[in-house]
Amino acid sequence: MDDAPPLLEARGLVKVYPGVRALDGADFSLREGEVHALMGENGAGKSTLIKALTGAVPPDSGEVRLMGRVVRPRTPVEGQTLGISTVYQEVNLAPNLSLAENLLLGRQPRRFGLIDRRAVHRRAEELMARLGVRADVGRPLGSLPIAVQQMAAIARALDLDARVFILDEPTSSLDADETARLFGVVRGLAARGIGVVFITHFIGQVYDLCARVTVMRNGRVVAVRDAAGLPRLELVALMLGVSIDEARAIEGTHARANSSADPTLRSRGLRRGRVGPIDLDLRRGAALGLAGLLGSGRTETARMIAGADRPEGGRVEIDGRGVRPGSPRRAIAAGIALCPEDRKSDAIVPGLSVRENIALAVQARRAWWRPIGRRGQRGIAERFVRSLRIATPSVEKPAGELSGGNQQKVVLARWLAAEPRVLLLDEPTRGIDVGAKAEIERLVGDLCARGVAMLFISSEVEEVVRVCERVLVLRDGRVAGELSGGGVTVESVMRLIAGEGGSA
Amino acid sequence: MRDAARASLRAFGRAAPAAAAVGLLLAFNAAFTPGFFDLTTVEGRLAGSTVDVLNRGAVVVLLALGMAIVIATGGVDLSVGAVMAIAGATAATLAARHGVNAWSAIAAAVAVGAAAGSFNGALVAGAGVQPIVATLVLMVAGRGAAQLLTGGQIVTFNDPVLNFLDAGFIAGAPMPVLIAAAALALSLLLTRGTALGLFIEAAGDNERAARLAGVRVRAVKAAAYVLCGAAAAVAGLLAASDIRAADANNAGLYLELDAILAAVLGGTALRGGRFSLFGAALGALFIQGLTTTLYLHDVSPNATLVVKAAAVLAVCLAASERVRAWIKHRSRP
Amino acid sequence: MTPRGPGSRPLRRLRVLRVPALLSAQHAPLAATVGVLIALFAACAIAFPGFLSPGVARNLLVGNAVLGLVCVGMTFVIISGGIDLSVGAAIGFSCILVASLVQQGWHPLPAFGVALAIGTAGGAATGALIHRFALPPFLVTLAGMFCYRGCALMVSERSITIRHPFHRTLSEWASGPVPPAVVLFVVVALAGWLVARWTRFGRDVYALGGGEESARLMGVRVAAVRVRVYAISGLCAALAGVATTLTTGAGNATSGHLYELDAIAAVVIGGTPLAGGAGSILGTVAGVLIFGLIQEAMPHAGVTNSWWFRIAVGGLLLAFVLLQRAVESRGRR
Repeated sequence: MDDAPPLLEARGLVKVYPGVRALDGADFSLREGEVHALMGENGAGKSTLIKALTGAVPPDSGEVRLMGRVVRPRTPVEGQTLGISTVYQEVNLAPNLSLAENLLLGRQPRRFGLIDRRAVHRRAEELMARLGVRADVGRPLGSLPIAVQQMAAIARALDLDARVFILDEPTSSLDADETARLFGVVRGLAARGIGVVFITHFIGQVYDLCARVTVMRNGRVVAVRDAAGLPRLELVALMLGVSIDEARAIEGTHARANSSADPTLRSRGLRRGRVGPIDLDLRRGAALGLAGLLGSGRTETARMIAGADRPEGGRVEIDGRGVRPGSPRRAIAAGIALCPEDRKSDAIVPGLSVRENIALAVQARRAWWRPIGRRGQRGIAERFVRSLRIATPSVEKPAGELSGGNQQKVVLARWLAAEPRVLLLDEPTRGIDVGAKAEIERLVGDLCARGVAMLFISSEVEEVVRVCERVLVLRDGRVAGELSGGGVTVESVMRLIAGEGGSA
Repeated sequence: MRDAARASLRAFGRAAPAAAAVGLLLAFNAAFTPGFFDLTTVEGRLAGSTVDVLNRGAVVVLLALGMAIVIATGGVDLSVGAVMAIAGATAATLAARHGVNAWSAIAAAVAVGAAAGSFNGALVAGAGVQPIVATLVLMVAGRGAAQLLTGGQIVTFNDPVLNFLDAGFIAGAPMPVLIAAAALALSLLLTRGTALGLFIEAAGDNERAARLAGVRVRAVKAAAYVLCGAAAAVAGLLAASDIRAADANNAGLYLELDAILAAVLGGTALRGGRFSLFGAALGALFIQGLTTTLYLHDVSPNATLVVKAAAVLAVCLAASERVRAWIKHRSRP
Repeated sequence: MTPRGPGSRPLRRLRVLRVPALLSAQHAPLAATVGVLIALFAACAIAFPGFLSPGVARNLLVGNAVLGLVCVGMTFVIISGGIDLSVGAAIGFSCILVASLVQQGWHPLPAFGVALAIGTAGGAATGALIHRFALPPFLVTLAGMFCYRGCALMVSERSITIRHPFHRTLSEWASGPVPPAVVLFVVVALAGWLVARWTRFGRDVYALGGGEESARLMGVRVAAVRVRVYAISGLCAALAGVATTLTTGAGNATSGHLYELDAIAAVVIGGTPLAGGAGSILGTVAGVLIFGLIQEAMPHAGVTNSWWFRIAVGGLLLAFVLLQRAVESRGRR
């Protein structure tokens, strides 16, 4: 049964970006008619692998074979021509054109040199019907639900004779009904002999849909397994890079959680979109860990508390007093600070110097007519450059020119300088080296000792377990469970993440 | 202290292209324009080609200061020419037709300019309209409003205070030069002497990050448009004083484009972020210097337009990352 | 994919405009434009006796044919997500070029040909520059504006009367029942409508305006589309210049003054958002007619002051900008 050459095969793909080996000799194979899950946390190399397969980012070395023939797509358009199509979560079609036009752009049937609109509509309806979908093909694509837009992308690719479909987190904004329909379509594709690579962070969906699973970490493929023979807990362990046996050995260092004091920050019923309701308490001098897979609602929770996104319901209180939602300024005034996950787009101001970046939050809290002054700014900046060991030749260097780890420290310094009462750290150790990680973990301990209430978000379960005395686990936007004191172990956290025994 | 030196070097670095352009222009004139640097005193007033450049360049300097601030927030203000016309018309009609005291007329004109700026600011920061579109509204309607004020006529005035704005001089220095210098000092004080400059740069460079850091991004953006409107109003007063009249049709015509060019030449990135007021002023003086130099060499003013076009293109190309990548690619076959 | 009830399936697709499509948010601006046009026309017809005369209708068309020509090209550029500030100056250039060539003994037809070729080539070069180096269209076409205006004035600063029997015949038609400029406008508008709505190239322009990256992924040859779009705009501006010589019987370097502004305003009032990706030639024609109607109605209403016209246009522009903004933010939810 395995004798036939795989439909799509990649061997030894390497892609190096300055400072990162995004792909480090990755192998991948996809059979005809197979739905294959590609799993991994942030930075595992999934997206780079896809880009290498589709031609968006040609690999530095290694080869890709399609039906046994070596192919080297250099652009996604070339990849499409070869038969490799990608459907992204945010559909890459023209939202302003009608569904029908999107399906047939560039191939519209013509009569006397002009587009035959009736034929376009008829053909589009046929294409959608092949997927078992009925839709008003005359409406602008952007006005249709995301699910229909994805179907459109699939239908378009199918009409372009795609042999391989890569679905990149297609279900993250679909409801249960829409997801079920999409799965129906995907199974239909597989039945035609098309190979489907399915990327998701919903573990349950992997088992519903996929025959095999490839797990990536740090640019390498760490496992290729049949889904049927892979327990959930083991899948989570593979993704997070923890061995189950070791996991039993790692336990929290906080034997007892201090739960006597009234919480500094309390959230009740916080919800927005798929996420919520979230209830959590942050206590003075303690760190609450927020664990869960990518997309489980960790970042959304932190952003709602910090006022970055306006919650659709629920409230946030500091010392029992409500904080008006939806305004970072108000949250900051109440003493809440957020080090966001995406520091490039949400935190670092690349053109400003390290000094200005660090002083920004302190200055923003003062009135604009009361400047801190260059000397004052430098004093603050140099203090943190020293204490956080930020590697920069000068505090005047533009922050955008620092390495990722140092940028992260600059953002931390910005908030430490503002002396917050509540500090929300969203993936503070992602993408930085081991030494810097240890420093940041130590810093969390110091801050707790100084009475700051902390929320610590990390994909690395071990880190959460080491750092936090209580851990809240999120799964699919909801609280899956809370652990505290001696109950905080890597294994217990992973069991909650994997949702073993519960519904995923 | 070496840090401080490096910081000021960096700040100056942004203005470097404009400074280099001005330097080249001066070098050219030193070599090929006899008497360019001669200074004489005519009736107690300094005169000469260099003074002439400063004097005539004052209007665009004023506009460029405001424009640099607006561009730094990631915006652009197309209405400054129209606002000049409105401000000139306000002052002229108040002074000449309603017998209002000149100082009050001047204050009213600046207030009207600031009001126009806050209209732009409300559209951009409040309603979230694209800056080009938002300021296009006033660019189209502004001259109409100015003509409404003047009744469609060119309103002449003869008021010692208003006349003094253009023709006056203090200690030999012409008033426009002094006003532009004062505006440069004031805007430097307002942006660099407070935290406003930092907020503007943060908002223009990374709006999301600035908001999350607690910067009132919308208020900062609106403030930038108000400042720009006020600066345009002062420029409008100078232009009116120059011809002793408010000409709603022609005052400040196409000057918004010169102002944008000056700001960009002066090192303010079109996509927002860092800005240099010194650079903007130098950029404006370069444009005026170019015009004057070509004039002194008997080149028709029409050819000046073509040279200006080349300057715009050169600035664009110099700022384009694609061009840099392309040159790198070429030089390494 | 979710069933939408039995009546929702479009059964008759023969009709070009289906009612549900018209009412959807995307078409709100076009619907508003047509609504404003009809309401304005009805109001004028009721309020001013004699407004419903062939003379007024003729004025409406003759007075706005040149602007309309420019607007057709501008619509393509704006739909593609760009902007073209050079059109006004391009009118002046082709206008004076034709006049000057005829003065030198050329037959008008080849002179027209040269003007159209230069306009098209200039537009194509602009598009190529914008695309190749990822330059802001705003600044590149600004350079084009300076360049065209400077060149036009260098050809001749004074107006040149065209004395050629062939041209005179054409010009005389201008006061006859079928003015050539109007014919040109109608033909170009029809052709533009056909191209935009019924050809693959036209749909590619919309796709490009909807998002460059998506368009590229969908196989649109972005470079070719962009170059052609600006070439069309250049051709339309040159045609407008030729039409100007026909209506005035002369060439003038300052023709087309501020037309870039009027054209952008008319296109936006015609329901094409400056953000690109939407809009229609039909809407633009309606926008131009609204422009003309306001102009025509003012003398009837006893308003002889031209400034009210600019203020009204600015007000309309503001209304449409805010409407488009509202549609945009509703669409995002």
